[in-house]
Amino acid sequence: MVALYPGPIEVGGIRLRNHLLLAAGILGTTGASLARILANGAGGVVTKSIGPSPKEGHPGPCLVVVDGGIINAMGLPNPSAAFVEELAALQSEPVIVSIFGGTPEEFRTVAGWFAGKASGLELNLSCPHAEGYGAAIGSDPALVEECTRAVASLGVPTWVKLTPNVANIAEIGAAAERGGADAIVAINTVKAMRISTALRRPVLGNRFGGLSGKAIFPVAVRCVYDLYEACSIPIVGCGGISTADNVVEMMMAGASAVEIGSAVVDDIGIFAAIVNDLYNPDGIDADEIVGCAHA
Amino acid sequence: MHEQMPAGVMITEIVEETPSIRTFVFDRKIAARPGQFVMVWVPGVDEIPMGLSSPSSITVQKVGDATAALFAMHEGDRIGIRGPYGNGFSVSGRTLAIGGGVGASPLLPLVAAGQVDTFLLGARTASELLFTDRIRGAAALMIATDDGTAGHHGFVTELISRVDLADFDHICICGPEVMMAAVLAILDREGCTERGQFSINRYMKCGVGLCGSCCTDPHGLRVCRDGPVFSGDVLLDSEFGHYARDASGSRRRV
Ligand SMILES: Cc1cc2nc3c(=O)[nH]c(=O)nc-3n(C[C@H](O)[C@H](O)[C@H](O)COP(=O)(O)OP(=O)(O)OC[C@H]3O[C@@H](n4cnc5c(N)ncnc54)[C@H](O)[C@@H]3O)c2cc1C
Ligand SMILES: Cc1cc2nc3c(=O)[nH]c(=O)nc-3n(C[C@H](O)[C@H](O)[C@H](O)COP(=O)(O)O)c2cc1C
Ligand code: FES
Repeated sequence: MVALYPGPIEVGGIRLRNHLLLAAGILGTTGASLARILANGAGGVVTKSIGPSPKEGHPGPCLVVVDGGIINAMGLPNPSAAFVEELAALQSEPVIVSIFGGTPEEFRTVAGWFAGKASGLELNLSCPHAEGYGAAIGSDPALVEECTRAVASLGVPTWVKLTPNVANIAEIGAAAERGGADAIVAINTVKAMRISTALRRPVLGNRFGGLSGKAIFPVAVRCVYDLYEACSIPIVGCGGISTADNVVEMMMAGASAVEIGSAVVDDIGIFAAIVNDLYNPDGIDADEIVGCAHA
Repeated sequence: MHEQMPAGVMITEIVEETPSIRTFVFDRKIAARPGQFVMVWVPGVDEIPMGLSSPSSITVQKVGDATAALFAMHEGDRIGIRGPYGNGFSVSGRTLAIGGGVGASPLLPLVAAGQVDTFLLGARTASELLFTDRIRGAAALMIATDDGTAGHHGFVTELISRVDLADFDHICICGPEVMMAAVLAILDREGCTERGQFSINRYMKCGVGLCGSCCTDPHGLRVCRDGPVFSGDVLLDSEFGHYARDASGSRRRV
């Protein structure tokens, strides 16, 4: 396997300690849990998605572990503006605040709370199970462009996270780039459902949710590959990554960094484990492999 | 990680333990360590964490929507169960158990396993005392009620002065957070916080250590996965006894 040269990197205007970030919504509700993941070797962390007003999320079950993955319908629970205080102790750390809203104005309002208080912002235009939010906006290129512009014009590093639940993800990525995004994150979860045969009803309180984990890795690789052809800003790969070799594969598809979420369920020390396998002082520069599968 | 779909179980027996607490027995045995919990799916309402009071039962206090919906169920009805989750208690040698209210429930499997020597049991009033008969058969039982209708008139924490903490290798505690915080303060004063094992309660959505809703300050420990049982020294100087978070992640005083 390819080994990479260790050290800090810069992606989409954000300085990271290494190529591995914690994905949004995983242990991202408190400053302490984010700090724990940073101390465990992550190069940066993305928070739970924060929105214009406090939300309790969907009724449970909110999450089910299935073969090869996880299906969740959390429903974007978040404390809204109170979260600013949560991050106070992490001022100088590589923390990216994930935000959501129902309109470009709402995105801009929430972004304003965190501008200058975090390394950057990640726009959740991709959650598949929150009506009026996330993917509801993220499948419309014009809205994606507008929401991105509303935040990017604040002058903060702006990443845009895309949904795979569209016919043409490259078209959405191009819209984010036109709106002024500094990087694209791909992907959020894949719309999915399971039914309890014993209770004869969908397991999740919200009925359907989003699939993450190993099962979606091939979908994520394909999306990153498509986006690399269509966009010129950096891409952050996300979806099913659980090994150093997965990271290398994502990079070969075109990712400059990666986010890891569901793999934490097997091992909260996953970042340190991957760092250990991925980096070597004799390793190569990541630039040598990013997008190399497109040759 | 292997698939963990909720198992559909049928309620075979409902026992009225006290006016506000019922035990729901179901038709499946769950291999669990004492102190582990399950996520209980009340169809159409919510999914909530519950300690196991035996391999095939949960003992529930009615406090809100989901527990009220459980109380409206009958023998023959179905619920979903996933788990067991969490670490559970881990004891050897002599053990003191301290339970308040429905907090006696996750301590019962320790009693059933013959691992408790002395049990300090508290409740608001005599009729709310849980499992007195079953505990009395297996351990020395000391009782306290807030209103003095049974046992010592006062808090269960006041019974601690009647035992010699040095006699016990482990002290397992479960109950309302203010009561557990009072026990922690006593163990701290006696210099034995590391012998305390506290089963703590936080808002849980996923139960498997991913969503972050149950994380505690300042270490970012997950109550669902790193707990729910924590050693007293870990809880000193933490949010424990001060605040917790609600469903949205906002802080609330306990
Ligand atoms: C590990 C663990 C073991 C528990 N074991 C037992 C037990 O054996 N017996 C018992 O009666 N209770 C137990 N509880 C508490 C029980 O989970 C709550 O009383 C229950 O969730 C209330 O649900 P509700 O919808 O009826 O109440 P709600 O109206 O939703 O809320 C009432 C209060 O219950 C708490 N609560 C609600 N939902 C949750 C949730 N998803 N997770 C945690 N707390 C919640 C909140 O503090 C809230 O203020 C345990 C909790 C935990 C974390
Ligand atoms: C429990 C859970 C909560 C999530 N919450 C969010 C969220 O708030 N915002 C968001 O953009 N993505 C959220 N996601 C999606 C993840 O950030 C990630 O895109 C997805 O899980 C795929 O990566 P993975 O396979 O490594 O988990 C969540 C995923 C899970 C499993
Ligand atoms: S309940 Fe989700 S991390 Fe503990």
